[in-house]
Amino acid sequence: MQSEYLKKNSNINTMKIRNNIAVSDNGFVFNPASGESFTVNQVGLDILNMLRKGEKQEAIIQELSKKYQADAAMIERDLLDFEAMVKQYHLYQNEE
Amino acid sequence: MKNNKQKLTIAVTGLNAIDSPGPGVAVIRGLREAKSFDCRIIGLAYESLEPGIYMHDLIEKTYHIPYPSAGTEALFSRLMQIHEKEKLDVVIPNFDAELYSFIKLSDKLKENGIHSFLPTMEQFEDRQKINLPEFGKKHNIHVPRSKAIYTTNEIHSLEQDYNWPLVIKGKYYDASLAYNIDQAKTAFNKISAKWGLPIIVQEFIHGTEYNVTGLGDGMGNTMAAVPMRKQYITDKGKAWGGITITDQKALDLTAHFLKTTKWRGAFELELMKNKAGEYFLLEINPRIPAWIYLAVGVGQNIPEALTRLAMGWPTEAFKDYEAGKMFIRYAWDMIVDLSEFQQISTHGEL
Repeated sequence: MQSEYLKKNSNINTMKIRNNIAVSDNGFVFNPASGESFTVNQVGLDILNMLRKGEKQEAIIQELSKKYQADAAMIERDLLDFEAMVKQYHLYQNEE
Repeated sequence: MKNNKQKLTIAVTGLNAIDSPGPGVAVIRGLREAKSFDCRIIGLAYESLEPGIYMHDLIEKTYHIPYPSAGTEALFSRLMQIHEKEKLDVVIPNFDAELYSFIKLSDKLKENGIHSFLPTMEQFEDRQKINLPEFGKKHNIHVPRSKAIYTTNEIHSLEQDYNWPLVIKGKYYDASLAYNIDQAKTAFNKISAKWGLPIIVQEFIHGTEYNVTGLGDGMGNTMAAVPMRKQYITDKGKAWGGITITDQKALDLTAHFLKTTKWRGAFELELMKNKAGEYFLLEINPRIPAWIYLAVGVGQNIPEALTRLAMGWPTEAFKDYEAGKMFIRYAWDMIVDLSEFQQISTHGEL
């Protein structure tokens, strides 16, 4: 279930990853609009792929805690961190 | 199979493929890969140690030409000497400092059968660094605030209107970032000793630097445009690595620049994108940039298209390019026989 904190502090449910972002299977991310490239670890890659598919927060947290057998609260924190990074690096569409 | 392609003899300058490279060698690589014509390349060099002179697989023959300071008549007479032997069809000058002479001579050269495709003298003068604020106003393009100064005392008065750091720029080349009066004065003296006065003091825009190279047909149309983000910058501010990008705002700005100025010829726009996503035009280089081979590599052979326009041949505008392609520059030591160096140094040709 989505925590109160996440409800207040995240807008990941409305965040759309830019559709021209190239993401490789090994976690290399390229933004052709800015020319910037990044690498993400497997968890980051999972989050990015789920966001690109339009998955919602709850589903992402559930899926990740199942896959990595991790506490939902910990995944929630990671998701918030990741969201902040996506914003910082201008990888979401609301930015156009 | 018989090759029906026309063979052109093309003279190219800027063979100084050094750490702050001239564009000549990259231009020649583009010309060598031209699909619509074959070519014979004549190098035009100022110094005997310009590496391109010794690249015999790229350049058939090289001639010394006089420095721009010798005047246009000296250049014209040398070009005519070379033309008599080599029967030049096209000349592609690649240095800012020599463009004035080549633009001035373009009609005379054409009368003698040497074609070029250069900006008009008015376009060349309008985009000079000292005229950039006026240029921005005239064409409705954001440019950083700047002022041309002739003495170091003038820097003090600028402190009221500008915040540190400031960019101290030479008339043609060189730029340095200054964080205080002392650094600004040092940069002023160093750059003015090399490039003369005035010195341009420009507001520093924080952001990411992008460059666009392209080609205008002189009627306001975009014949080519490829934006690039520098990935690796040398201490001279030159790109040692870069990547093509798809930034629509940069492409729109380029189209606007070409439409409003009716720019004729190749160019490079130096742009800075601030955090708010606004683009500022820092400089317009009125020639092909040294990284032009990246444009060739992603599908826009600008040297080929420029040659076709110079010849007055019908030329189609490039519509597309591959984004996410990189260039990585490298240095390469050539082994050269002393006799070759001796030949170019004493006879002015090799």
